[in-house]
Amino acid sequence: MDENVKIKVDNLYKIFGPNPKKAFPLIEKGLERSEILEKTGNVVAVRGVSFEIKKKETFVIMGLSGSGKSTLIRCLNRLVDSTSGKIFIDGKNILEMDKEELRESRRYMMSMVFQHFGLLPHRNVTNNVEFGLEIGGMEKEERNKKALDAIELVGLKGYEKSMPDELSGGMQQRVGLARALANNPEILLMDEAFSALDPLIRNQMQDELLELQAKMHKTIVFITHDLDEALKLGDRILILGPDGTSRQLGTPEEILSDPADDYVAKFVEKVDKTKVITVSSIMRKAPVMTIPKDGPGGASRTMEKNGISSIFVVDSERYLKGMVTIDETVKLQKKKERDLEPILIRDLYTAYEDTPISDLLATALSTKYPIVVIDKDYRYKGIVDRAAIINEVSDETEDSESPMHFSEMEEGISNQDSDNGGE
Amino acid sequence: MDSVALHKIFDIGGVFEAIIDWLTENLGVVFDIIADVIDALLTGFFNGLMFPHAFIMIALFGALAWWIAKKGVGIFTLVGFFLIYAMNLWEATMETLALVITSVFIAILIAIPIGIWASKKDTVEAIVRPILDFMQTLPAFVYLIPAVLFFRLGAVPGVVATLIFSLPPSVRLTNLGIRQVPKEIKEASMAFGATNRQMLLKAEIPVAIPTIMAGVNQTIMLALSMVVIAGMIGAGGLGNEVLKGITQLKIDLGFESGIAIVILAIFLDRVTQALGVASQKQEE
Repeated sequence: MDENVKIKVDNLYKIFGPNPKKAFPLIEKGLERSEILEKTGNVVAVRGVSFEIKKKETFVIMGLSGSGKSTLIRCLNRLVDSTSGKIFIDGKNILEMDKEELRESRRYMMSMVFQHFGLLPHRNVTNNVEFGLEIGGMEKEERNKKALDAIELVGLKGYEKSMPDELSGGMQQRVGLARALANNPEILLMDEAFSALDPLIRNQMQDELLELQAKMHKTIVFITHDLDEALKLGDRILILGPDGTSRQLGTPEEILSDPADDYVAKFVEKVDKTKVITVSSIMRKAPVMTIPKDGPGGASRTMEKNGISSIFVVDSERYLKGMVTIDETVKLQKKKERDLEPILIRDLYTAYEDTPISDLLATALSTKYPIVVIDKDYRYKGIVDRAAIINEVSDETEDSESPMHFSEMEEGISNQDSDNGGE
Repeated sequence: MDSVALHKIFDIGGVFEAIIDWLTENLGVVFDIIADVIDALLTGFFNGLMFPHAFIMIALFGALAWWIAKKGVGIFTLVGFFLIYAMNLWEATMETLALVITSVFIAILIAIPIGIWASKKDTVEAIVRPILDFMQTLPAFVYLIPAVLFFRLGAVPGVVATLIFSLPPSVRLTNLGIRQVPKEIKEASMAFGATNRQMLLKAEIPVAIPTIMAGVNQTIMLALSMVVIAGMIGAGGLGNEVLKGITQLKIDLGFESGIAIVILAIFLDRVTQALGVASQKQEE
């Protein structure tokens, strides 16, 4: 098995009802959920789902209500026992674990965060956060210390002694998160963790989760019904259909730019793609000049050859130095100068490969020049034309009432005139 | 066939009589042991209540009510219990209180485990529920008959009849309280690797405590009403005084005992209600 895989789910089924076995022949025949319910009284919640979750990735499972997503995540820690299929965590089939092994893995390997928080109302914040450690039998002093660390991590310092009902929803969920982090699990299961929060707080919690994850590097399985949330948080997203089957697995960009079927496409069409599609998809490689090696002669020749009127200049380490235009280069050439340095235009904008296009729109409209794409070490990667940005954005937005073209307007006026004249 | 002839076939009363006869004949020893235990408890509680001077007890009750409930309840208790003392009903009232404490103590020992069991197993609930319905709707006086047959006259059958009569609400509300614990709280404790026992003790019971305490409160109130009725079989206490008031047409005694019962009832009710609210907050 691949070293990099943390969780592997293989052909998983969960059927609720009096006699789950009866449902399988009907599933094979391809009957729908409602028909199977009518014939056997069983509900097929999860229908033959397979996927692999890599170590340290944030894996989002997205689906609407009834897609079996909550059942699926509960299969991973066996709050729900699956009907058939296999689940491997670190290569170990968790369905073969006995009660004791299962408890151990729940205590030290994976923690869960719940939609409605699941806090104990009679315990204060610290004692709630300690809960998992207390269950595991840790001494009071040690677990108290760990709890306080976790509380600080989620930004709840100062609320250690508060009772859950004194806290807002967002704060309660921070307690839930702290409780899950306190026993330092490798896997974090988050079941619609932010769905019960109002949009502003939800957004804030998403940002904080991203920040935390950048530090912690847990394997996170995140369930949501909100595509925007899935796109924002997920390294990869699994989309479940309304019948409990998996429809598409891919990165946010793959799902947006290439939906696997109509169901996914319908979901995706409402999303503002410019927030997700990044510079890397419209970036192009452009020739560059390297100083001090290249002079005006080389620059003007390269521009002529490529039919462009300006070119970017980097140094031998590929750090951006500026840009030169054809006019200035030719002038320099006539003066027999060798150095490009004096004519470098430095009024340029840069962006990273993973910058969303929507963030570049304002810049694209104000600058005259292409935007330079650099990597995390500030080295030159390529360029993005202003036209490409505007093109990508305009693809997304359709004017609700299309403006009238000038010629149509003229036509309208002349028609009016002739109507009047005919009288 | 008329109904008299039918009654000879469907002799339900006769069947019960036969069962009770058989039990008294064959299990006499068991009943004697039960009677001894109840008697010991009862005597212990009564002696405890009567040991200090009445004024000390009145001050203690007042302080208890003030501390657990509110200042108002504390003052009411001081005034009320002094009035009882002034009406020369102190000993009868303490006898009644000892009967209530003994009955409720045993009732809770039986009721809460049954309630927990019923909350965990649907079949247990299905069996227990009709029995509780039966116990609660059967007229209170009917309990006195087998109690007297098994334990003769006196305080012990009074306690037995009382505990049976007052036990159902505690079973019901323990069952309900644990079943009503939010699913996510149960799931959360399981997801963190709790054993069934840990889940029950650390999550379910603490969350259900207010509901369980509401059941205990009802049990106490039912016990008080039954203890008075048990005066008919010589259980003693205020019930005895009320009975004297009726049989000997002593209007003054009847009234005064009635007032003492009301004062005791209000004290027990307010204090146990406040206990239910407080117990939720106090955990660690």
